[in-house]
Amino acid sequence: MNNYLEFEKPLAEIEGKAEELRALARANEEMDVEKEAAALDRKAEALLRDLYANLSPWRKCQVARHPDRPHCKDYIDALFTEFTSLAGDRNFADDLAVMGGLARFDGTPVMVIGHEKGHNTRTRIERNFGMARPEGYRKAIRLMGLADRFGLPIISLVDTVGAYPGKGAEERGQSEAIARSTEKCLQVKVPLISIIIGEGGSGGAVAFATANRVAMLEHSVYTVISPEGCASILWKDAEKMREAAEALRLTAQDLERLGVADMVIPEPLGGAQRDREATIRAVGAAIGRMLKELQKKKPEQLLRERRQKYLDIGAAGLAA
Amino acid sequence: MNWISNYVRPKINSLFSRRETPDNLWTKCPECGTMLFHRELAENLRVCTSCDHHMQISPRERFKALFDGGIFTEIDVPEPVQDPLGFRDQKKYPDRLKAAQKATGEKEAMLVAEGEIGRTPVVVAAQDFSFMGGSMGMYVGNAVLAAARRAIDRKRPLILFSAAGGARMQEGILSLMQMPRTTVAVQMLKEAGLPYIVVLTHPTTGGVTASYAMLGDIQIAEPNALICFAGPRVIQQTIGEKLPEGFQRAEYLLDHGMLDRVTHRKNLRDELISITRMLLRETPPIKGDLAAPAQAPAEAGK
Ligand SMILES: [Zn+2]
Repeated sequence: MNNYLEFEKPLAEIEGKAEELRALARANEEMDVEKEAAALDRKAEALLRDLYANLSPWRKCQVARHPDRPHCKDYIDALFTEFTSLAGDRNFADDLAVMGGLARFDGTPVMVIGHEKGHNTRTRIERNFGMARPEGYRKAIRLMGLADRFGLPIISLVDTVGAYPGKGAEERGQSEAIARSTEKCLQVKVPLISIIIGEGGSGGAVAFATANRVAMLEHSVYTVISPEGCASILWKDAEKMREAAEALRLTAQDLERLGVADMVIPEPLGGAQRDREATIRAVGAAIGRMLKELQKKKPEQLLRERRQKYLDIGAAGLAA
Repeated sequence: MNWISNYVRPKINSLFSRRETPDNLWTKCPECGTMLFHRELAENLRVCTSCDHHMQISPRERFKALFDGGIFTEIDVPEPVQDPLGFRDQKKYPDRLKAAQKATGEKEAMLVAEGEIGRTPVVVAAQDFSFMGGSMGMYVGNAVLAAARRAIDRKRPLILFSAAGGARMQEGILSLMQMPRTTVAVQMLKEAGLPYIVVLTHPTTGGVTASYAMLGDIQIAEPNALICFAGPRVIQQTIGEKLPEGFQRAEYLLDHGMLDRVTHRKNLRDELISITRMLLRETPPIKGDLAAPAQAPAEAGK
């Protein structure tokens, strides 16, 4: 059973009908519905192809937020071995919105860090919906420092609507924690690879995504502010999120043109949520390629190039 | 009397008196409602004489009050590509920029200058809240970089006054990218062994707070300045948490260990001179009537 997005409603109807027919046939052996059901399948696929061929930026935001997309933990479980979670900021708490630890990627020891949104009510609350508090950034800073000292490449998986807008998070210096995490990203002398797997929300994303290579999944987004937030400020109407999503240029495709994303990883037809395994495999392949390329570089060069990349970003605007 | 009488001869003072505001105008203090003469307010560095409320002060006014003799040289900021995304909300972004330029008389939301404070050569950058909320786009990023580069070239400390509602949404992801970009600027300064002092002024929020404005060697704030990542309204709307009195204000941050000092604007100049000179291991600052700078300034404050 699929969780359908609003714009997928026509698709839900067709797929629902096909499923109903097949259920009927199972209950009644004399019925032959396969021909009819197969026709519906073809119709659904054509519609799916059509819907996803030209997703509007706002629709991409919805796909990027789809609850059935693979999350950080899914990638870690599937792509890494010996994952050894490392907890805590050594100061206040362990933030479960941020996962991190030692692991092997294709045999190579690495540090993996990422936002985890959770997959059901209990885990979502536990993970604070992937919205990190200061402790999350400080844990990441600690783990990046550890990786740097032992020469381990860092892989970050970014999926957050943004930093947590809460009293405690502010009191404990959320801004400073984000600033220091970004600073740490720009200090380490090991390969740093970041994949935006869903939402790259504002400072909460930058804190982990300031990397040698930034790859984005085809329907992921990376933005300075949510379309809803932007709409309510600039249009004075949160309902203008479609217009805002359009204007913000937040899609993986636009970000590649702007030089913020280095590559776009294609998703299966109908988005990552329709074929999680294929998506995870594609991300794994991309990590492998980027890692191989970066491991040839010397520590100083990795640092210099990473900094230069951010100094150069935006010089040509969308004309790039 | 303000500090100027201590440091500046009347001759130099006259250099910058030509653009003084007419004194037949009033400003109402938003905090206590007192009506204040413009001249009186300007002389008091735009601090309410009745309740000490620190009003916004333009970078140019700030520089005039900060640099010895009010003399400073502006540092050119490389122009970024205009309107990189072709952004349009209810207005076109270039139109918003033009309106802000007209209203402020400034090119963009940050001014960079060099000069001396208490005979200590420094580079100073100041963000202009009245220019599109001081928002950080590519120009502000370029300005922070230009300031850092000049400071490194001349081996001078950098003092930065922040004031911003956050990132410039009209530049989308490129405004967000100024967070790492300006962080590189701060790193270059630190690696050059130069002091970087941040003065957070009201308000400093969003991506600015979460990058160069929180990475100072010394973090000072003006009294009652709002300093935060997510603003109180956002917190109340999304989480519905009740916020205590003074939440996210300078004094509250000081109490929570997020700042070194909260300093009244009238004491800021002396304090900056003192701190910079100690970090540079220079002799104590000279008090009293200093002679005008020995070298003729390249360009007086406009
Ligand atoms: Zn007042």
